[in-house]
Amino acid sequence: MPRRPGGARRDGAGPALGRVPAGLLIPAALGVAVLVVPLVGLVVETPWSSLWSRLQDSAVVSALRLSLITATLAMTVCLLVGVPLAWVLARVQFRGRRLLRALVTVPLVLPPVVGGIALLVTYNRTGPLGGPVYDVVGFQLPFSTAAVVLAQTFVALPFLVLSVEGALRSTGGPFDEVAATLGASRWSTFRRVTLPLAGPGIASGAVLAWARALGEFGATITFAGNRPDVTRTMPLEIYTTYNTDREGALILSLLLLVASVAVLAGMRERWMGGAIR
Amino acid sequence: MTGPPDLDAHVVAARGSFEIDMHLRADPGQVVALLGPNGAGKSTVLRCLAGLTPLTAGHVRLGDTRLEESARDIRVEAAARRVGMVFQEGMLFPHLSARDNIAFGPRHLGMSRTGSRRRADEWLDRTGLVEYADRRPHQLSGGQRQRVAITRALATDPLLLLLDEPLSSLDASAAVSVRTFLRRHLAVVPAATVLVTHQAIDALVLADHVVVVEDGRAVQSGTPAAVAREPRSDHVASLMGLNLLRGEADDHGIRLVDGALLIAATSERGQVFASFAPNTVSLHGAQPHTSARNVWQLEVDGIAPHGDALRVHLAGAVPLLADITPGALAALGLAEGDPVWASVKATEIAVYPA
Repeated sequence: MPRRPGGARRDGAGPALGRVPAGLLIPAALGVAVLVVPLVGLVVETPWSSLWSRLQDSAVVSALRLSLITATLAMTVCLLVGVPLAWVLARVQFRGRRLLRALVTVPLVLPPVVGGIALLVTYNRTGPLGGPVYDVVGFQLPFSTAAVVLAQTFVALPFLVLSVEGALRSTGGPFDEVAATLGASRWSTFRRVTLPLAGPGIASGAVLAWARALGEFGATITFAGNRPDVTRTMPLEIYTTYNTDREGALILSLLLLVASVAVLAGMRERWMGGAIR
Repeated sequence: MTGPPDLDAHVVAARGSFEIDMHLRADPGQVVALLGPNGAGKSTVLRCLAGLTPLTAGHVRLGDTRLEESARDIRVEAAARRVGMVFQEGMLFPHLSARDNIAFGPRHLGMSRTGSRRRADEWLDRTGLVEYADRRPHQLSGGQRQRVAITRALATDPLLLLLDEPLSSLDASAAVSVRTFLRRHLAVVPAATVLVTHQAIDALVLADHVVVVEDGRAVQSGTPAAVAREPRSDHVASLMGLNLLRGEADDHGIRLVDGALLIAATSERGQVFASFAPNTVSLHGAQPHTSARNVWQLEVDGIAPHGDALRVHLAGAVPLLADITPGALAALGLAEGDPVWASVKATEIAVYPA
């Protein structure tokens, strides 16, 4: 991403303004502690000696594979519907746009378990949408792998939409006009100008959505249940294991922590550029 | 095949605190400059012509084609207008090479990928930019970017060419070279062209016709020379107040069209323009003993108030404008028809290829 000229100097840093006040420094340090200490605790408490044998457990492998597949599918669905939705929010003026944006944001603040209940009552075989479908084709969504993907999409989509909308707003509004004067239709402008320019923003939005889908628990267990090999993703496996085997749960948690940090590091390297320093 | 159409527009649009209301005409091949201070509404007029900002009233016609007519609710969208536009900051697509930027327009006129690339290469060749073909905008200087942007607009064979302050984002030396570039290529553009600028030099060098704009209205129009010679208001006088001379340069000397010799601090060769502001011209009652390299005996052709100063029109071997204080005028005791000596320092004269 192009850096603002002089951006580094405008943020009020530097010794010229005097010493950092303790009233800010101490709470800041506490904040770091709140975030980091539990993760250190997890690393310290993990039984490293049994790590390798635990990772080869077939239930773990199955849960990990299911998590990776469903999170990737959810991210794909998020991209397919989320990028156009973000474009509409960023580029089209219409009545009710603010309302629509508020609606899109709701799953962001909604407890995932509530989202899961909402999905369940809507799509189960007696629900307003699931009922007719079940009557016709005999398929019910809840407690299937597809339900996992839908639950993950439900919670991850707002992350993608908001982040892509931001990227679309900051890049390329004026370039749409340039493209129009060169004879390009809006569709063609979207494909050949908007998408490439917003590429980094879309990529980081996709990573955020993927990470959110990977960690999804509440909506999944409510809507998709906890069936081994079908809907038991890593967070559910951790939860299930913890009831009987605390050490095993620690190892699985560490695995997800490593995956999350790897994603964050990849984002920072490739897409954030100077944004995170 | 018939030639490109003429432009006939009546632009009425809101712009913040005032309303724009301007009639505008341009013949095919003609360059019309909209000259005015920043914030006069010139760029909004261009955006209306391009279809980027809707008219509140009026019309835009290209030949027999109605691009916009508020009364009849006709409005052709920007992408279908066949209008080429050069933006102030160039606005090259940052993710495309110079070649692909130029190919973008032809591609959307229905040419194939390879056909549009070939067209882009032809234009790069025509405008002398072949060496930059594969560079991205961030690898080009400001002047190079603007030349690519101009070429991109030309490569669509527009029916109407619009230039929005194409030189104002450039530093002085890049502006000079891009101005020369524009002069060369605008001369062969078959379409009607509208150029927006706040600098008299652009209007004088590039345009056939100038319209001075103030608060969204045309306050005066005519050939650049005529408007410069007879500004109808003080505002126009200060906008267009610039001495522009043409001649053949040989090192520091410039042989002007009328035969007089002008000495400049910079060295050039071939056909050039020389320009300097009226307030750099000094007037003297007798032949002056001065270090100034350019001294001529001329005749006072007219005197008009100009702000706190007076603008003296001089005729003779070198027709000039000179701004002097009322005190200086009184001391010299000048009146129309009087002989007077004028001097200009060589360092005050800007020279660039014509």
